Amino acid sequence: MEATVAKTGTEGKTWGGGNRPLNASYGKMMMWFFIVSDALTFSGFIASYGFSRFKFIDAWPVADEVFTHVPFLHGVPAPMYYVAFMTLVLIFSSVTMVLAVDAGHKMQKKKVIWYMFFTIIGGAIFVGSQAWEWATFIKGDYGAVETKGGKILQFLNTEGERVAIADFAKHIPTERVTHEKKNGVWYAAEPTRTSFSYEEVKAGFLANDNLLVRTQYLDEHGHPTVLSREESVAKIMNDGKLVVEGANLRHNEYGHPLFANFFFFITGFHGFHVFSGVIINIIIFFNVILGTYEKRKSYEMVEKVGLYWHFVDLVWVFVFTFFYLV
Amino acid sequence: MAHEHKLEIFRGLVKFKSNITKIWGVFAFLCIVTAVEVVLGIIKPESLTGTRFLAMKVLNWIFIILTLVKAYYITWDFMHMRDELKSLRRSVVWTGVFLICYLILILLIEGDYIFDIYKEGFIKFNF
Repeated sequence: MEATVAKTGTEGKTWGGGNRPLNASYGKMMMWFFIVSDALTFSGFIASYGFSRFKFIDAWPVADEVFTHVPFLHGVPAPMYYVAFMTLVLIFSSVTMVLAVDAGHKMQKKKVIWYMFFTIIGGAIFVGSQAWEWATFIKGDYGAVETKGGKILQFLNTEGERVAIADFAKHIPTERVTHEKKNGVWYAAEPTRTSFSYEEVKAGFLANDNLLVRTQYLDEHGHPTVLSREESVAKIMNDGKLVVEGANLRHNEYGHPLFANFFFFITGFHGFHVFSGVIINIIIFFNVILGTYEKRKSYEMVEKVGLYWHFVDLVWVFVFTFFYLV
Repeated sequence: MAHEHKLEIFRGLVKFKSNITKIWGVFAFLCIVTAVEVVLGIIKPESLTGTRFLAMKVLNWIFIILTLVKAYYITWDFMHMRDELKSLRRSVVWTGVFLICYLILILLIEGDYIFDIYKEGFIKFNF
């Protein structure tokens, strides 16, 4: 399949690139080089996630409680369903990709166009879902309190159900507003303020006797520890410091901030791969329509971009396991 | 390269008539494996989370093994590793496997060590 390059006069010579080492063409071989190195990059990220998780093994968030949302189904707890859907979308787009490669081998231009089209749509749905998942995670749902030591305290009622801070926080009128760049010291703004101050949450908590605190430490069954009412009050009075809503790189209402950091970094890096994969697919898609590969009498380019696309799917299989399942 | 494909999966247990039917067959298999993972992840049977094998919950072993199974079929059938020369296959797969196993071993042992230090005190090896 040397159709992509002009003849260089080195055909058959060992050191001129004319040979096909291991019977793979130059382009495919280079794609495999890239895939191996990228696989090592991703394993570096996932292994460092494992490192941090083992470091805080008794206080790591339970993924089932973090990712419980499905679009258009508000308030319905549905752990994992949406991620499972995303996984299937990505696997399915891999299938259409490999069908495009197969059609390319048979020089069926029409089929290649359609299969490439479905692959691009699948990739776009995946990236969109990823963005939605990020937005939901950043927004948060119940809110929590962070202690002076940076640990997270969440709220439950006596039946063991999670309670949102908005449901019990007392409203204390205050003059305090967000400090903006334009006021006072130049260019010194403060981050977005949470919808309730710590004083308001504390007052609300003390006024409601049926509220309990749950720490991020896991008991022997792997569930976060729930404190008694007396312990809860003591914890809030002595250790509580600020209100956390949602997750960002510094604070994370679901538990350890490192969980959020790795989530953003690894799924972000993967999402970036999917995004660039979609862009590359679109370029190849137009090339197919224009008949570029018909003229070359070879659809090897589709095969190479296919390798990349399957690799992105492969990485997701691992991210899915280590972020959502294990 | 002539485009002949090896059409057997599961070590010849299932043989497909054409490359296209093989692709759909592998897709069905991957869907089943994913479904099993999701169902186990939602139910989390007590029998599997309670028992441990080599310091890890049996359920987590199942997840990891099923993931590797999926990775195998994606690489072998979607990326056509099955049709490549054995030498190419090995140079890609074993390079990754060795380096990744080493990385995971070092980082997880080190993470566990720091966990112990946080938990038990600040001197671990008090010779």
